[in-house]
Amino acid sequence: MSVRRIVVIGAGPAGLAAAASAARTGADVVIVDEGERVGGQFWRHHPAFTDQRLQHQLGRFRELESALAGVRVLSSASVWRVESGAPLRVHTLTGPVDGAQRQGETLEADAVVLATGAHDRVLPVPGWTLPGVTSAGAVQALAKRDGVALGTRTVVAGAGPFLLPVAQSIAILGGEVAEVVEAASIGTILRGWGARAWELTAAAGKAGELGSYVASLVKTRTPYRFGSAVTRIHGGSAVEAVTVQRIDSDWRPVAGTERTVECDAVALGHGFTPRLEAAIQFGCDITSDRFVRTDEQQLTSVAGVFAAGEITGIGGADAALAEGEIAGLAAAGIRASDPLLRAPVAARRRMRAFAARLATHAIRPGWTAWLDDDTIVCRCEEATKAAIAEYAAVSSRGMRLATRAGLGACQGRTCGRSVEDILGAPGGIDRRPVLSSVRIGELAAHRPTHPLIEEES
Amino acid sequence: MSIRIDFDGQPLDGRDGQSIGGILLANGHRTWRTAGGAERGIFCGIGICQDCVVTVNGVEGVRACQRTACDGDRVEREVRA
Repeated sequence: MSVRRIVVIGAGPAGLAAAASAARTGADVVIVDEGERVGGQFWRHHPAFTDQRLQHQLGRFRELESALAGVRVLSSASVWRVESGAPLRVHTLTGPVDGAQRQGETLEADAVVLATGAHDRVLPVPGWTLPGVTSAGAVQALAKRDGVALGTRTVVAGAGPFLLPVAQSIAILGGEVAEVVEAASIGTILRGWGARAWELTAAAGKAGELGSYVASLVKTRTPYRFGSAVTRIHGGSAVEAVTVQRIDSDWRPVAGTERTVECDAVALGHGFTPRLEAAIQFGCDITSDRFVRTDEQQLTSVAGVFAAGEITGIGGADAALAEGEIAGLAAAGIRASDPLLRAPVAARRRMRAFAARLATHAIRPGWTAWLDDDTIVCRCEEATKAAIAEYAAVSSRGMRLATRAGLGACQGRTCGRSVEDILGAPGGIDRRPVLSSVRIGELAAHRPTHPLIEEES
Repeated sequence: MSIRIDFDGQPLDGRDGQSIGGILLANGHRTWRTAGGAERGIFCGIGICQDCVVTVNGVEGVRACQRTACDGDRVEREVRA
């Protein structure tokens, strides 16, 4: 048998684990990532700027990095199109971010591992376009990548355990966290995380990490509010304060519970949205809750295409590492019964208990009640809640053409799910013919292996 | 090591390896784009939202949060009506 050619898309925990395990079998592996350095969002770093206290499991990262010795690492590379078939094809553009003269290269592979990860889901709030409001992930990225903080007094709000490391990062950089505001109530959290708690002992590493965040909050005396949300952001030319309000179990604001909290920055994160573009373009089956469907070998519904990490379900870095290792081995042709798979399969099982608990913080439909009619929902095209709601009865396409919601520069990545919540129905906004930002000149310079248009029809 | 970029005629110092957005923020600029009359800057911070785009050395639409700054880069604000 000739050497198997494997392309891994994404160099976060899942992709690194996949590339390392596939390389171990002697496969010919290329790993492609948009970043200048491998590590993804979880291990985003700069050798000189990153405070070591912001990093977790660095030992594992170093291990994976050194396992890439025989792997071709294609950094600063955007995947803009993928094609199923034999061989599978991955079209890339390499060069400075959004540069005008990036270098195109088409990679051919017998197997592809999709490890494209996820990005923050941020629910719109009146005032969320004010300077000083960012995603929670932006706080982490700026802290790790650039060593800078956006404000001096920050309110961290949203849902889920990811708010904890964000608050800790702000404290490490010397900023003040005014409050952490969590949408899930204490009762919901106790029921969600407390039920069958022994299952979580297997995810003890995660518990230790959480413990360090809680210790940091206690040390800095940061208030942690449960069952609450930032329902309004105030300010003239920049953030000056927020309204923190109690919300019910469906996330509807409770009238009369409003408090004003002064701050100059707001970090919002209401969970994560998987980056499905490449999986959708390959034609992979997507579940009803919009994750890539995989079997026990992390194989998708498309021959030769595997998926690992957050695109198969939000589960954190440990789950991603386990899935990545399995996907890499399976992509290299290792059989399910092989002893090599025992450890990662057991690790994946252990982390499912943690992943399942994240549902405790899942977005509830009542959140749209905190929007005003004129709140911008689509930041790119400034489409308001009222404009989008007006087209709830027409087709998603009709709504988009009329309001331009989801048609702007970010292609609905930021607002897509929120628009669907307002419409009350899925709109297919995550289907994108071009997977990343590409300039017209770069498209024109592309020499297609197959006609681009014919295939779409 | 230190680098210097030009932001609309104003010299800004940064550390070699920082993103353009990181240098702008570190120098007290929170916004560098106008959209529909309102000021925008970093929002997602990881290259998804396109809110932070600037013109770099004459090339429009460069995500400031993702592009590593080079010494001598000319960075300009963008305006979208």
